[in-house]
Amino acid sequence: MSFVTELLIAISLVVSGVFGLVGSYGLVKLQDSLQRLHAPTKATTLGVGGVLIASMLYFFAKTDHLSIHELLITVFLLLTAPITANFIAKTYMARNLKESDLPDSQSSCGWSVFDEPPEQTADK
Amino acid sequence: MLRRLIPHPLLSLALVFVWLGLVNKFTLGNLILGVVFAVIIPMLTAPYWPDRPKIAKPLRVIEYVLVVLWDIVVANVQVAAIILFRSNPDIRSHWIVVPLELTSAEAITVLAGTITMTPGTVSAMLAADGGSILVHCLHIDDPDGVRDEIKSRYERRLKEIFQ
Repeated sequence: MSFVTELLIAISLVVSGVFGLVGSYGLVKLQDSLQRLHAPTKATTLGVGGVLIASMLYFFAKTDHLSIHELLITVFLLLTAPITANFIAKTYMARNLKESDLPDSQSSCGWSVFDEPPEQTADK
Repeated sequence: MLRRLIPHPLLSLALVFVWLGLVNKFTLGNLILGVVFAVIIPMLTAPYWPDRPKIAKPLRVIEYVLVVLWDIVVANVQVAAIILFRSNPDIRSHWIVVPLELTSAEAITVLAGTITMTPGTVSAMLAADGGSILVHCLHIDDPDGVRDEIKSRYERRLKEIFQ
């Protein structure tokens, strides 16, 4: 393995480690659940992404065979992380917030946790 | 006949690629097995996508993915900087309401996911009729600017893709 590949692998590992650490620190440091939600959904995507890039580089340099697993992990992670975050946010809001705590929805109905959807008149 | 066999071509194509990626080795046997999955799974899951979206401009999808990936990297750095260098009383969190012009459920889902993954924002809730989306910002000085950026940067592109 050449020096350059080793350097690239090392850099992406260090970057991912730093972001993972910052994300975890944010979980401890920030004050309420909604703020805490920001730390893991963002700071850790690059954290995990860095490890995956390092893994791809390493196996490409070692076996000359491009590994697709890491790309799939990235895709699945990017697809599922927002959904988890949304569920946590909704649960928190349903338990801890009143409708008056939120800004007006600027729409014909209120926010979905607190208000019923309009009657379905006809199928689209 | 082909329409009956493959009612959802994009889903089938994605399934073939995901299967080949999972086995991580391209052989004829794997390809055939992937095609078998690509035929069976859309049949089994048909009740879950009653009206599937039409993707008008497939090339725009690539542009959108690249924009979002870049924004995710920027978001990571920004949020890390806020966490590290701002004391807690200095962090001003805001609610932002973004009125939506998108109508299809799939487009709104993509937009909500994008908002969550990008700079300092998490999409929290939809209005009950899907007319607007509630976004929580970690730290922001100019709420209107963020709203306009979400609309011009992401929603405009999604509208071109889905409509």
